Amino acid sequence: MNVRLYVWQRATAAIMAPLVLIHIAVIFYATRHGVSAADILARTRGSIAWASFYGLFVLAVSIHASIGVRNVLTEWSPLSERHAGACAIIFGLLLALLGMRGVAAVVLP
Amino acid sequence: MNADLSVSLWRGAQDGHYETYRVPQRQSQTVLDVVTFVQRHIDPTLSYRFACRVGVCGSCAMTVNGKPRWTCRTHVAKVAAGGRLEIGPLENLPVIKDLATDMQSFFEKWQQAKGVFAPTKTRHEDIAQIRPDTPARMTADAAIECINCGVCYAACDTVRWNSEYLGPAALTRAWTLVNDERDGGNRARLQAIAGSGGCHACHSHQSCQELCPQALNPTAAIAGLKRRTAAAYLKGEITA
Repeated sequence: MNVRLYVWQRATAAIMAPLVLIHIAVIFYATRHGVSAADILARTRGSIAWASFYGLFVLAVSIHASIGVRNVLTEWSPLSERHAGACAIIFGLLLALLGMRGVAAVVLP
Repeated sequence: MNADLSVSLWRGAQDGHYETYRVPQRQSQTVLDVVTFVQRHIDPTLSYRFACRVGVCGSCAMTVNGKPRWTCRTHVAKVAAGGRLEIGPLENLPVIKDLATDMQSFFEKWQQAKGVFAPTKTRHEDIAQIRPDTPARMTADAAIECINCGVCYAACDTVRWNSEYLGPAALTRAWTLVNDERDGGNRARLQAIAGSGGCHACHSHQSCQELCPQALNPTAAIAGLKRRTAAAYLKGEITA
């Protein structure tokens, strides 16, 4: 890992730390208060705040995890750094696509 | 103290094997004493490296019962469980013969990490006045006692996985110079250790810190380098 990837991974970790706590708090709130799926969708659909929150979350996760996967591949597989980087980019794009699809499902009206 | 030790020593080069010898156990016996006994009394063709025998020169490091150690200051009584010793060459370095490794790559990485002092004054100027109690000098002093034994390098998982990784010793040397206010080579040094084999490859497993015979903390030095290179990168002083 070079200094550029290090900075990106630490920066995305710093973004994710509060988002994870809020996400867990939301899960606890929803389960403890018996909020139904319909109630949740009623609050999230059309909400720019929830779209921004989970959109940012998905982007941070995609960047952070793909850098980590790149490290694992370069150290533990016979792939060259270049090929490991290409695999990591594909993995990150897949995570972003799947994550954004999930966000779209709950925030688009 | 009368029972013999069962001592397995690595014989041959990279594709060698362990051979077992019986060595008399003595009081206050070091692992280096055991190796020397075999060489002087059983098999004079045994190759190993040592010089000072008192923990100064850093020549005699070997793998002792699975862990890299300086053999001249490692007492048999401390490491020989059940009277058995397995002594091999340092890991992560090519074996030349028996217990002697080729340390060329280890020292080349010191050079790659810009471990050479870059003076900012000439001999014609006054000697720099350095206060020993400044935080930077105290940080430099903490890591300056490295004896280049290679124990941290042999203990490092990241070196095992990534042959390009500069390793704990070279990076600790770089950290010493980064904190030396007389040195003028920091930009080039930070650039040299910011690449894929540099300080950011460290996983902070801390084997180097645990096994360093001088009780240094290379992991902390590398963490300091990570912060310093990240700051230099964000300021545009170095590139990725």
